[in-house]
Amino acid sequence: MNNNAIALMCGITFGAGLTLSQMTDPAKVLGFLDIAGNWDPSLIFVMLGALTVTMISFRRILKKPSPLLAQRFVIASRTALDKPLILGSAIFGIGWGITGYCPGPSVAGLGLGNTEALIMVCAIYAGFWAHGKMKV
Amino acid sequence: MDNFTPLSSFSGGLLIGLAATLLLLFNGRIAGISGIMSGLISPSKGEILWRLVFLLGLVLGALLVKALIPESIKIREGFPYGLLTIGGFLVGFGTRMANGCTSGHAVCGIARRSKRSIAATLTFIVSGMLTVYLLRHIIGLSV
Repeated sequence: MNNNAIALMCGITFGAGLTLSQMTDPAKVLGFLDIAGNWDPSLIFVMLGALTVTMISFRRILKKPSPLLAQRFVIASRTALDKPLILGSAIFGIGWGITGYCPGPSVAGLGLGNTEALIMVCAIYAGFWAHGKMKV
Repeated sequence: MDNFTPLSSFSGGLLIGLAATLLLLFNGRIAGISGIMSGLISPSKGEILWRLVFLLGLVLGALLVKALIPESIKIREGFPYGLLTIGGFLVGFGTRMANGCTSGHAVCGIARRSKRSIAATLTFIVSGMLTVYLLRHIIGLSV
């Protein structure tokens, strides 16, 4: 197994998880964000499922000197709660609340014959590009 | 709460956690989708193929579930493409500014007990809820 085979396998598992939990359905996500409407807490259970695994595994893995198939761990080193973090998250939340899509389900939805997913992925890349131009 | 699906949501979450665990254990990488996506536009050597196959995997994983459990797939119709474009742009811009999204901050960052990721997650959930409240209950958008 090389790095790319692992990446493919992890992508498939991640995409299956997003789809099984119906996070590829924007109506489901908006149902979670709509606390004043017909609230659907399912997204909390997706988070609980994912964190049940990662809260245990990450701590153990990161005690190792290196990953099994790479030289080192590539982990964000910043710790400050700065303005770009909070402002960027707030901007992301607005886009998430308008559309019901975050990046993972947008990509996973490309395979489901979903025109919305294609528009989302293109628009997300436009946002990446604009951020790169502005360097904020 | 008639749409509540705790079991399939929790099971899907376990798979997401498993994927993030294996990517970190073998490749030493964080499964943050916005970061994996954006790394394709300013490429450096050895940083393209694994990102492409991971993203291809997301699509294949969705197709796999569609083949096994077709009733789990719902495609929304009638949502305005203009709103989708504006929203998608904000998702792209915001996740780059904040260095992560739901996967990178909420799943992987919180697992590392990162204060930045906890703050980011709370911020985008509150911001998302306020946005939905404004659109659905103040403006009256019905899709």
